[in-house]
Amino acid sequence: MLEVKNLHVAVNGAEILRGVDLTVRRGEVHAVMGPNGSGKSTLAQALAGHPAYTVTEGTATYEGKDLLALKPEERARGGVFLAFQYPVEVRGITNSYFLRSAVNAIRKHRGQEELDPLDFLQVLEDKLRSIGWDDTLMNRPVNEGFSGGEKKRNEILQLAVLEPRLAILDETDSGLDIDALKTVAHAVNKLRAPDRAFVIVTHYQRLLNYITPDVVHVLFEGRIVKSGGPELAHELEAKGYDWLRAGAMVS
Amino acid sequence: MVSVERYVEAYRAFATNGASHAPTWLNELREGSITRFAELGFPTTKQEAWRFTSVAPIANTPFELARTPDIQHVTLAQIDGLSLGAGPRLVFVNGHYSEMLSHVGGLPAGVRVESLAKALASDPERVREHLGKYVAFQDRPFAALNTAFVRDGAFVHVPEQRVVEQPIQLLFLATPGAGAPAVNHPRNLVVVEREGRATVVETYAALGDGVYWTNAVTEVVAGDGARADCYRVQRESERAYHVAVTEAHQGRDSTVNIHAVAFGGALMRHDLRGTLAGPGGYLILNGLYLLSGAQHADHHTAIDHAAPHCESHEYFNGVLDDRSRGVFNGRIIVRPGAQKTDSKQTNNNLLLSTEAHADSQPQLEIHADDVKCTHGSTVGPLDPRALFYLRSRGMGEAQARRLLTYGFGAEILGRMEIAPLRAQLDRIVRARLGE
Repeated sequence: MLEVKNLHVAVNGAEILRGVDLTVRRGEVHAVMGPNGSGKSTLAQALAGHPAYTVTEGTATYEGKDLLALKPEERARGGVFLAFQYPVEVRGITNSYFLRSAVNAIRKHRGQEELDPLDFLQVLEDKLRSIGWDDTLMNRPVNEGFSGGEKKRNEILQLAVLEPRLAILDETDSGLDIDALKTVAHAVNKLRAPDRAFVIVTHYQRLLNYITPDVVHVLFEGRIVKSGGPELAHELEAKGYDWLRAGAMVS
Repeated sequence: MVSVERYVEAYRAFATNGASHAPTWLNELREGSITRFAELGFPTTKQEAWRFTSVAPIANTPFELARTPDIQHVTLAQIDGLSLGAGPRLVFVNGHYSEMLSHVGGLPAGVRVESLAKALASDPERVREHLGKYVAFQDRPFAALNTAFVRDGAFVHVPEQRVVEQPIQLLFLATPGAGAPAVNHPRNLVVVEREGRATVVETYAALGDGVYWTNAVTEVVAGDGARADCYRVQRESERAYHVAVTEAHQGRDSTVNIHAVAFGGALMRHDLRGTLAGPGGYLILNGLYLLSGAQHADHHTAIDHAAPHCESHEYFNGVLDDRSRGVFNGRIIVRPGAQKTDSKQTNNNLLLSTEAHADSQPQLEIHADDVKCTHGSTVGPLDPRALFYLRSRGMGEAQARRLLTYGFGAEILGRMEIAPLRAQLDRIVRARLGE
């Protein structure tokens, strides 16, 4: 469903991604790992269409369409979702109002009837129940005053409600204590589905103790330098990322 | 500039006509006030408190004191559109109380909701106890002018331990006509005695779009353990001038919540001041200004922590479009001995146009060492990170902008506890911002 070829991306004129190749099939879970500065977040942001990330070369095809030609909102309506590493606070807008606006924007685009507040509440309650969470965050302004764990939980809740076909998780595990990490991982596992693929960007292997990926990639200096099964994550955990540097210097 | 003499002359005419039956103390208060106004004159931008706001348009217009209006043009349908359904309601047209348009019933025993003119006639001593005791008009020319012409407005008195559940609505209507531009000086006094409770909603609106000037003063007194919720909606005509002072004085363990929303007027200045005079007091100032065209709104707030263990929270948001200008000055004073003060202030200004402008000035004066005081202010366009966040959730760019802009208003309205008022204001905010 996603085919990335030779993707080059620059931020503020500096090239961060230097030829990424990545193929994700329906229902697969891919982990993209790498040290700080390797370009993990750049890959996630570029796939979601952040305007500050400029694609200078390469292609990305999503469900047969040129992903890079689409605006961020068009990507979202087409089923692409990015769980932000740093979720943004939205002043004065409650979580439920925000989510309903998003759901209705997508429904409208698909020619479906918009949900009124009561219908939406029903959808929301069903979703919350399915991942085993309560509605304490729903009437608070989006991400405002949320703890780090609450923010990440909120991203996963949005994922659950918006039902994307390609979910990109950008360091969703960063800043979480072990309990919050388990909560988030548990919800993600519940949301795994045959028609939903995940790209999980992470620095550490620990999230992958709870979410078992199908494929693990190592991103280094803007390129995917190694791909393998779940065992690759354990190897990285044991060896760290320094061996990559040594290898890069040799090559 | 029109000379202050014009106002002094108007005062002489007022004092010999309408005000001649007043008690001596009141006439002395008026005399002292007009004298003070004549000394002070209209403020200029050379004065620190008026640096960003020129009142020249007011000073240069030959206003006449508003006459008793012809209320036949005011329909109940117009009033109903501005009010919150049933409940006690005082209606003033061009500053004059209209008994026909008002209704006051179903109040708890001993609670008085009436025109100030009536209260001055029937119970002047009770008015005397508070009127002019809190607003420092000695250094405020507009408050002095209001006090010189004090004649009518609302008088709300809630005796000890009485609770008024229904919001008390005070509706000030202007009916600018074909004649000379008029000024009216509404004067409101809200007294909630010990452990009493009341909610007051002041609305300033216009039926017509001519030039006029509202120069209002509202004094709010909350006794020990009392709670006063004050809502203020300024939706004057686009050509109106609106100058106002809201002054709250709080006793021990009292709560005052002041919500102030400004939509209208060509030029507006609102001074809000709260004095926490007894320990354990709690004060909220919650305000919103929504400006467009060439509107100018200046909010000067001051929270005076005069006693220990008090808490104050201040939230003001501005949304400024076109060439409008918003001014916010937030002063927090912590007096010596006011230990354990907890005071937070925020002022956020959203600029929707490159020509819109906002000035935000926090001013902390802290004379005690064991206090928590924080302030934060922002001025700028919509946050591009937030825009991308919303777009990444499927909302188009225009919708994302509308939603984020609406949030600046919704944040303030969300703190209001009267659901019908919140809904009424929400409709106005949505209409103005397109959400």
